This record gives sequence, structure tokens and C-alpha cells, in this order.
Amino acid sequence: MIKIKPMAEDKKQKAHIRFVLNGETVEVAFAPHKTLLEVLREDLNLTGTKHGCELGECGTCAVLVDGLPILSCLALGLDMEGREVTTIEGMAEGGCLHPLQVTFADLGAAQCGYCSPGFLLTAKELLERNPAPTRDEIREALSGNLCRCTGYIKIYEAVELAAARMRGEEAEPAREIIHGYE
Amino acid sequence: MAEYKWPEPEKRSLIGKRISRVDGPAKVSGKAKYTYDIKRPDMLYGKVLRSPHAHAKIVSIDTSAAEKMPGVKAVKVIQEPGTEIKWAGDEIVAVAAVDEPTAEDAIRAIKVTYEKLPHLVVEEDLSAAGDNAKPAAEQTAGEPEKAFGEAEVIVEGFYGLPVITHCCLESHGSISEWEGDQNLLVHISTQAVSNVANQIGRPLGIPAANVRVKQDHIGGGFGSKFQVDRWDVTAAQLSKMAGGKPVKIMLERDAELMVAGIRPSAYARVKVGAKRDGEIIAWQSESWNTGGSGGGGSPPLPYVFSVPNKHTQHTGIATNTGSARAWRAPNHPQGCLVTMSALEDTAARLEMDPLDFFLKNIELAGRFAEVYREEFAIAADLMEWKKNWHQRGAKTAGPVKRGLGLSLHTWGGGGHGSNCDVIIHPDGSVEVKMGTQDLGTGTRTAIMMVAAETFGLPLEAIKLMIGDNQFPTSGASGGSTTIGGVSASTRRGTLDALEQLFEKVAPSLNVQPADLEAVAGRIRVKSDPRRGLSWKEACMKIGGTAITTRGRNPGPGTLNSSGVGGVQMADVSVDVETGIVRVNKVVAVQDCGLIIDLKTAESQVYGALIMGVCYALYEERIMDARTGRMLNPNMEFYKLAGLGDIGELVVHMMTGKAYDERGVIGLGEPPVISPGAAISNAVANAVGVRVPSLPLTPDRVLAALQYPDREGGSSKNGGNDAGI
Ligand code: FES
Ligand code: FES
Repeated sequence: MIKIKPMAEDKKQKAHIRFVLNGETVEVAFAPHKTLLEVLREDLNLTGTKHGCELGECGTCAVLVDGLPILSCLALGLDMEGREVTTIEGMAEGGCLHPLQVTFADLGAAQCGYCSPGFLLTAKELLERNPAPTRDEIREALSGNLCRCTGYIKIYEAVELAAARMRGEEAEPAREIIHGYE
Repeated sequence: MAEYKWPEPEKRSLIGKRISRVDGPAKVSGKAKYTYDIKRPDMLYGKVLRSPHAHAKIVSIDTSAAEKMPGVKAVKVIQEPGTEIKWAGDEIVAVAAVDEPTAEDAIRAIKVTYEKLPHLVVEEDLSAAGDNAKPAAEQTAGEPEKAFGEAEVIVEGFYGLPVITHCCLESHGSISEWEGDQNLLVHISTQAVSNVANQIGRPLGIPAANVRVKQDHIGGGFGSKFQVDRWDVTAAQLSKMAGGKPVKIMLERDAELMVAGIRPSAYARVKVGAKRDGEIIAWQSESWNTGGSGGGGSPPLPYVFSVPNKHTQHTGIATNTGSARAWRAPNHPQGCLVTMSALEDTAARLEMDPLDFFLKNIELAGRFAEVYREEFAIAADLMEWKKNWHQRGAKTAGPVKRGLGLSLHTWGGGGHGSNCDVIIHPDGSVEVKMGTQDLGTGTRTAIMMVAAETFGLPLEAIKLMIGDNQFPTSGASGGSTTIGGVSASTRRGTLDALEQLFEKVAPSLNVQPADLEAVAGRIRVKSDPRRGLSWKEACMKIGGTAITTRGRNPGPGTLNSSGVGGVQMADVSVDVETGIVRVNKVVAVQDCGLIIDLKTAESQVYGALIMGVCYALYEERIMDARTGRMLNPNMEFYKLAGLGDIGELVVHMMTGKAYDERGVIGLGEPPVISPGAAISNAVANAVGVRVPSLPLTPDRVLAALQYPDREGGSSKNGGNDAGI
């Protein structure tokens, strides 16, 4: 149930909702026009979800809502009532990085890192429904995420490596195509 | 005095290895803070009203309605009536308000009237530029006329690439707040932490010494974030007007694409003269470009190959568009595309394999001729060039044609000025402080590797602090100057600190300081490695006051140098029915002297190749000649490559003694120079005609196939309507 309460200070109305954020129930009041991106970053101080374009074009703001990736800049905060939202801050479990986070960090899939939260959450959902994705399937799942630095090649490798580890295989990074040191 | 050099290869424990970025975990867990993420107590949000006209004079500004709006805390006129505005998107008025919607409402309530003036925003057609064209002096070397007379083959062509933007995923901006009326704290997205105070202090009338600057992480810069921008100064002014409350101005995506920097375009008519055996003897080019309303420099032509007889002439065109900023390897990708396309066209006319043609003329490449030769041999192997290359125009059946292309490039990359403080505490902990920044290239990691290497400690033993101007100044990160600068200052500072530590420790081991070495967490006697102390025990000899040294670059010893060579090859498929180009594979063979971190070095090259695919196939700022505005200031129509567009990328870093000896050299720019040329050449090889201008979009490919002789080959070229 969404209640819109009049606010004393400036008479602007605030919406008041309750939802599950990274496994915990939260209650938050915010101006009702706000996007989920704004609510997360401004009202809940979770700035891991990045602001790239606010127009649904870059994918840096992707989060999971009820397990599915959505662009938080295109979703209304109000619509989150009663739903389950996962942001990058909730991706590690029990202080332990998710296998995708480990491989993204290790392989250099995160350069400046600005696009990484969006990629990571989108990839997490992919691996949950498809533990052994092909490159084409990875491409399709992550096609809404842009990286300017750009880590794409390492992102492919990081997703594949994390997938293998999550399947319980003892996987190491594929031998990189290098003929220098080593 | 310590001997300032890098450890011998067999003694390196970290340098040259593949080490993961130290800040990777912070970035993948959402903990890394970017300027956009900074939220200060009582923070106000700044918004900027921008000119809708490409060229106009401001007649009047009325901010009264905005000022009266509840929640608006400050309104600042940035450019007064009477000022001539030279591009759409230029800043006119800014406001600060309690939240973004209020600031946006206030912006909409401001009334500005303009007197419109004629504009020019499209420059592909030089003859339409009129007085905006500023021809530079012609340059002649050797005897071009005579050489063209002696040439057995003369090839003429038109080549170009449009203006592109930086499109950093984190846009530009800052948060400013005052403490009293003389001290400013600035959080800013910048490539030059140590330079901000001076640049922002001056227009604000306060000493640089009173400005504190901070930045932990930055979401891309690529050359567009060197300078303090007018909106940064404005945020500080708004903050002052609002009683010192923090004011945040981050650009919206459209503003970032319109005003926060461009890479200048380049167009050229080129004539190449060669002997039948492939010897290049003459070059002539007439080139033009725009870097916005100011200059944009000019592309080096011919690029890398110093053709003995040449005649060049360049014209800069002032357009009513946002101004140029450094964009990874300023002017090199442009010079490279024009030159390598013209040379590959010459090879095609001679029916020569361009690899043989380039190698035949490689001495013209000067200092790096030998490097290029070695690199081409490796690249040809990785691409199976000799097996896969065919004469221009694939003879295969079906609409999809495959082709190969190549290119080469050079860059400086000498280390910038850099200072750091190195502290060894008596408890054994180590600090390095430097006013530098990590653009995601791995600067933090490299500094820590160098310090850890010198001290014989693991990476985690180094506490590194950067991103704050209270640390010793270090140069701007651009032009591939960072790694050479910070690695050298860190090496010198840590070697000096280690020497002092050796002096403290030597008496207890009954040896001279020079007899000691720091290896694997121990300070030990070189001639008798069993004798020594653990790092911690050794540091206990320091006494009460920590060892503190200042590392500098430049300085004694040879730790870095400048100048690299690299080659690239591309394999593409082109559908001649749809005009769609797919990159199958790019091979990059790159030299950058001594490599500190092989993993981050590789990722620089991978990133550069993908950025290269972006500007070769997709990126283009499209201006509307009639309104003078950018038509694609968003990430939907300003196209970047996605995960599916990149093909296979093969990176080979040149290493070994000859490369090591040159010390550390920067790598950010070089690998981004060649992809446009290599891909364009591959497309020409595939389809049999040159697609004259980048990006190689389907319309350009189809136009080139249909009208192979039309200059520009672009299906759209609106010309300019200066009257509106
Ligand atoms: S910020 Fe949401 S897609 Fe770009
Ligand atoms: S790592 Fe910088 S945008 Fe992807």
C-alpha cells in the first residue's frame, strides 16, 4: 500500500513505501516523482548503482527487481512497494564477494569501474537462469550495458570463468594470447 | 647516493608480472566513490541554462522569476547580455536549489533573448566554410613537383573522419563548498588533481593554497577532464552565494556530449607518388578540420613515414560547436587514418601486398623502423596475414566479403613531473602519498608495485594515498605520461628511503649499508643472504622518527624515456548488400618500454582497440546545419560499440632486453591510433573500393560501393544554412 503523506517542512508530498532491499526490509519516504535510481542513491545513500545517462541508454544503473535486471533510471521508486531489489551493495554474501565480482576484479573487467555494477547484476541474473551461457547468450544478456574504457573482452572472460566456478569446476583464466613474459 | 635504476629482470618479484588492480574489489562491490556519488551535508544542486543557438548575441536575461522560486538558493549569470555565444550548449545562467527538480524548474523560468547570428557547424565541405576557414602556411620538403614527375604511379584520394566526443560514462562536474570566505573544498571529476587548485583559485580570487581538492575514483576522462571548467567555477560561486553550502553540478548526458570536449575532425585530399617497385617518393596533401570555435591543431601528415618530397597544407575551420579537448592521442588517429589509407590505396594500385609495401618503405619510419619490422613479423603471424590476404576486392561468392588491413603508429609517452612522499614507520608500515589520480588504468596498482618491489615487500604492505592535493604534486594524467612519471618518482623515493633504512640497520649486522638488500620481507646481507633481519625488526632500528623521503621525476638515473612504435592488423567482413561491417579480429602488437604491470598494460590495449572499433564503425557527432545543434546528444544515437561488436582481439606486448632498457613509457594513447586505419583498410580490401570517411556505417559503405568516385562518399552532407 502506498501512502502519500503531506510533508510538514515544504508542503511537498512524499511517498512512503516499504520493500526488500538487499535482503532487508526498508521503509523510505521520498518525493513521488523520483526514479528508483534517485531513491537508491539519494534517499538510501547506496551510490554503487551508477548514474550514466538517466535515459535508459547505458545500463550503468541496472539493478535486480524480483530477480530480473531493470534500468533503475527508468523505474519509479513508487513501483517498488513490496518488491525485492538487489543492488551491487547486496551482491556479496556474508562478506564474501560473488564469484562474478571476484572474476571481474581479477581479470580487469573493471577498469574505471563505473559500468561494473550494471554489468555485474545483469550477469548475475544470466548465470542464475543459465549456468553455462555461450558467448552469444552472454552478448545478448549484456547488450544493454555499455563500457567506455573498455573491458568487454575481459567481461566475457570474467562471466565465463565465474560461470565455470559456480558450476563447481576448477577453472582458471583461459591462457591469454600473449607471447611476452612468462 | 642510491643508484637509480630498475632491478634486473631475474630479480623482479612484481614488476612485469600480471597483477590485478588493487582497487578492483572496491569497484566491483560498489564501494568505490566517484565524484558523481559525493553527497555533502546540506548539498544544493546546480543546473545550467545553455544557449539553444549556435551563434548569437545575448540581448537580455531575466532571472527574477527563478530567484523568487521557493527552494532556489542562488542564481548566477555566467555570461552577461552583450556577450557573443559561439556554440549551442554554451553556459548562460546557473542556479542552485534544494533539489534537482527545483533547479530545473528555475532554469525553465529564466528568460533570455538572443540576437541570432549566422553559424557554421558542418565542415566536411571545405568550399562551404567561407571566412571561417583559416589556411595555415604551406609546407614543402624536398622537391615534390619533380618527384611527382618521376613517379611511375600516382594515387589520389579523399579521406576523413568526423568529430567525435569523449562520452565518459561518468560525466563532468564537481561539488564545491566554502569554509569561511577564503577556503574552498572541491570534489571534482578530474585527470589532474594537483592542477585544480590553481585553476579554480584564480577566477575565484583566492590563493591556490586555500583550495582542497579530492577525487577517489573517476569514471573516464580520455583527455576531456584536464581543465577546471566554467561550470566548476560556477558551482563554487553559487556555493558562496548560498552561504558556503555545497553545490553540485554534474553535466547531464546531453551537455556532456555537446560541450565537454570533442576530438577534432580531419578531412584530406591526398596524392601519393611511388615507383613501380613500391618506393614512396612524393606526398601531397590538402587537409582541413575543425576543433570547434577555437583551434584543434592539425593532423601530422604524412604520419610516421617521412616521405622525402612532400607538400602539405592545412586549413583549420572555426565552427560554432563545442571546443576540442585532448582525445586519446590528439591528432594522431586522424593523421594515421589519412596516411595509412592513402598508402594502402597506393599499394592496391601497385597490386602489392600492403605488408610488403609498408616494409619496403619502413626506413622512412625513422627511429622505430626496426621495432615496426619486428612487430609486423609477429602481427603477420598472429593474423596469418600471408595466408589470408588477397588482392583488393574479395572474389568470394555471396554478399559477405572478407578483407585484411594494417596500420602503424607512434607516440611519445615520456613521464610527467611527479613527486611523492615515502614514509617508513618504525613499526614497519609504509606509506606513499602522491597527488596523482587513477583513471582506471591501474596507476594505484603500479605505484604500489614499484614501492613493494623496492622494499621487497608484498603489495598489501604499502599504504598508498592519492587523489588529494594535500599530497605532493604529480602531473595530469594524459598523453600517456602518468606511468613513466609516477613509477620513476616512486622508485627514486623508495630507493632513497631504503638507503636510509640500510644505514640504520648496517651497524647491527656489522656490514656497510651498500652490502644490504631488501628481498622477500627481509633486509639481508647480499653476500650472505642468511644474515639479516625481518623487515619489521629492521624498521625497529629506525628510532622514534619515521624515515621520510621525497621521490621526484625527473631525477637522476634512467628510469623512463619517450617514444614507442606499434602495429595493428584488422580482419573484417562486409555485407555488400546491407553495408554492415563486422570486425572479426584485430591484432595489436605494441611496445611501451619496460612494463610495470602486464595485466593493466594489456587492458589498456584491449580498451583502446574497442574504442578504435567504436570510432571506426559507429561514433560520430552529427550536427544539424539548419539549427546548429547536435542531433545525437545521447547514448542512443551517439553510438558506442557494445559487447557484441568487438570480434576477437589479440594483444601482444613487446618485451625483452631492448625494450626494458628504454625504461618505463606510457601506453594509454598509442594503441588507439591505428584501429581506424587498419579497419578502413580492411574494408577497402574486402569490398574493393575505399569508403572515404569514418565511421564505416552502412550508408557510407553502400554509397562508396555505388559511387566509388564520389568524394566523401557520405550519403548525407547537408551543407550549411547560414541564414537561420
Ligand atoms: S543511467 Fe540508466 S541506462 Fe543510463
Ligand atoms: S570500466 Fe570504465 S566504463 Fe567500463
